[in-house]
Amino acid sequence: MSQTTIYSAKKIITMNPNQPEVTHVAVRDGRILGAGSLSDLEPWGAYELDDRFADKVLMPGFIEGHAHTMEGTLWRNVYVGWFDRMDPDGNIWEGVKSIDAIVARLIEAEAKLADPNRPLSAWSLDPIYMDNRRVTRHDLDRVSTDRPIGALHASGHILNVNSKGLELAGLLRTGINNPGIPLGADGLPTGELFGPDAMTPVGPHVGFERSLTDCDERGLRDYGKLCVRAGVTTCTDLAAQLTDDSVAMMLRVTGEESFPACIVPLKAFLGTTAKDIVDYMLALKPKSTERLRLGRIKAIADGSIQGFSARMRWPGYHNGAPNGLWYTAPDQMSDLYHRALEAGVQVHTHTNGDQATQMALDMLEPALRAHPSPDHRFTLQHCQLADAAQFRKMAKLGMCVNLFANHHFYWGDEHYRLTVGPERATRMNACRTALASGVPMSIHSDAPVTPLGPLFTAWAAVNRITASGRVQGEGEKIAVADALHAITLGAAYTLHMDAEVGSIEVGKSADFAVLDTDPTACDQSDLKDISVWGTVQGGRIFAATDL
Amino acid sequence: MMQNRPSVPVTTIGGYLGSGKTTLVNHLLRNANGRKLAVLVNEFGDLPIDEDLIESQDETLISIAGGCICCSFGNDLIGALRDMLGGSTVPDQILIETSGVAIPSAIVATVALLTGLHSDASLVVVDAETVRTAARDDYIGDTITRQLSDADIVVVNKQDLVSDTAAKQELADWLSDVAPRSVILPTEFGRVAPDAIFGCVAEPSHGLTAHHSDALFESITLHPDPIEDVPNYVHRLIIENRGIVRAKGYVYDMMDQCWLIQVVGQRSNVTRSDQAKQNGLVCIGLRGRCDFSGLRP
Repeated sequence: MSQTTIYSAKKIITMNPNQPEVTHVAVRDGRILGAGSLSDLEPWGAYELDDRFADKVLMPGFIEGHAHTMEGTLWRNVYVGWFDRMDPDGNIWEGVKSIDAIVARLIEAEAKLADPNRPLSAWSLDPIYMDNRRVTRHDLDRVSTDRPIGALHASGHILNVNSKGLELAGLLRTGINNPGIPLGADGLPTGELFGPDAMTPVGPHVGFERSLTDCDERGLRDYGKLCVRAGVTTCTDLAAQLTDDSVAMMLRVTGEESFPACIVPLKAFLGTTAKDIVDYMLALKPKSTERLRLGRIKAIADGSIQGFSARMRWPGYHNGAPNGLWYTAPDQMSDLYHRALEAGVQVHTHTNGDQATQMALDMLEPALRAHPSPDHRFTLQHCQLADAAQFRKMAKLGMCVNLFANHHFYWGDEHYRLTVGPERATRMNACRTALASGVPMSIHSDAPVTPLGPLFTAWAAVNRITASGRVQGEGEKIAVADALHAITLGAAYTLHMDAEVGSIEVGKSADFAVLDTDPTACDQSDLKDISVWGTVQGGRIFAATDL
Repeated sequence: MMQNRPSVPVTTIGGYLGSGKTTLVNHLLRNANGRKLAVLVNEFGDLPIDEDLIESQDETLISIAGGCICCSFGNDLIGALRDMLGGSTVPDQILIETSGVAIPSAIVATVALLTGLHSDASLVVVDAETVRTAARDDYIGDTITRQLSDADIVVVNKQDLVSDTAAKQELADWLSDVAPRSVILPTEFGRVAPDAIFGCVAEPSHGLTAHHSDALFESITLHPDPIEDVPNYVHRLIIENRGIVRAKGYVYDMMDQCWLIQVVGQRSNVTRSDQAKQNGLVCIGLRGRCDFSGLRP
């Protein structure tokens, strides 16, 4: 007979409205046998009482509805971000606040590289916070002129390289005429490369390979550690290539007994036909395992707001920049929606600008009429600029939304000042409007763009504070309880996984975030500072200190 | 080694969905006339290549009669171009059929970054019947006009669907407005003379002037005497506005230096040639819209 373990805790926040807070949870075969008081659970028979969480607060394991496991791979490069950030091994990398500090950190890392030909790669650069000072090849040449060096920006859309990197790519020359490659007074590239078209020819020479969006084997294991440290037990990988090789790798790694999370990769709808991707998802879905859930599609409608490649409705960008780019044509989106609805395959769609959101709505409505699908849960991802009418429409169409709630902390000041102006910056990531309109909602980090950290994202949605300390969008703040719902059951719902995970209830997977303090009892401005002891996933215990 | 290989010309074929890009590509493959063409497409949709042209096919590569190939590059165009240049057989000309919402000039700028390649022409295909309506569409209108604004060649396809002369004129006027620096090539079923599209120079002795697959075009081969100032000569050829769609070939200056000339519409590329080639410059234009009179020897 299977063993039953009953865990006691200081408090268990269940997300089950019938008993929101309990003291004990019983686990059998990796599932929740019951939650309640010890006397509620004792009748289930013989058990072992485990008091290790007696001074901890348990929540349902957090669910990250929009992240990229590539963060695990990126950590093998040197971190040069503005903010402090924790790596998979739990070390806190202090944010670097000046170009000199970046150079110093790179010099230190360079000295440790034995192979003189190996590129030195860094990531998470964000000069926006350094008065938008441009970083050039001359800055990176101070580290080395012999070794190729590349520093990827936090957005993932800009790459800085040194002279050697340019030289190896054949670009340290005059006469280059490319909108993504600014030139210096000497007619040579400055070393800044904007956008994938300019980055890709140089990337491999500075250690950033072609398929930057995918993690590798070690990266996925490291990503699992990041999940534990953030309290995450289920995590999407929201634009995977899902080749035969990468599926085999992900099955292998997530199948390891020590792998601490359930990964939900969505295949990107780029460079393939709607028919092929839907057929492929139908074929992949049965290969799903307990910890790897296959069979969903991510479509990408437009680009990013700060990159001015998001598609905007009138009156467009605040600084007058031309409208952004479609990554998928409306007709292709329509084709995808029709086929996916017909086949019962779920689609999450990246929309940033409000015109991209409108396009997705306009394409979905007729597709739904043609293929009525009462529980499709098609989800708009980011959906940052949606207005109230668009949320009302989403609700009517049965759509979900996953808002980029911490975006206004990192780039809110920039949006206010430059990209969309005060009025629209204030409504960005309108969590309260979404909930008031009845749209099932989650909130996300888009790691590695921002750190994986559902409690931080929840803090951002509750407080709406920008990096400069302003409150941006008082009226769109949500309550702590709503934010905690968004990072648990809310996210589970967008993945059709709410019957399995997202709350601590009988029958569900024994997935817990183990916290040192109570997020419902602390000052709401302290939400982000709650420390995470680790997780329980499928009944397996993962202490952050033991990783 | 790669250095010794001549740089491969790359033509981008853009245009919104349904404009006829695939039809045009098939027409060009059918009329490759010995050129080894490599076609790069995002994905193999429904029948990217006419079945009778296909010799063999796997998931990402279609082999075509006459040594041409068609590859799907998914989301990694630069990788596919690199692979192609690193392969054992390098094509004479690469055609990139872009996605319907791609801005071809962005791809041209990317191609220019890769050694071993040069951008030959940016070509945009439009549907004569629907393009003006599409250009007013809230979603894709500005994408279409942006595609057109820096095209070298606009292929106005499906002319057969526009019977009204006034409508044809209105379309022509509109195009000259939104695509001011383009050569406009009206056609049906994508039937454009490959010589008007391709910049790769065949030896004039191959009889280029003799035959065009489409009666819409005519051409002339010039054998100019040694020229004092070659760039200026080419500049005049263009500004004289003779309706030249394409000019390509080799000429010599007074110092006996051989020059390679490639003209597409109003854009020209004039470079010194390392090799001594046969003197001859082919000029191609639309029949009835070009004036080669002053050029004839």
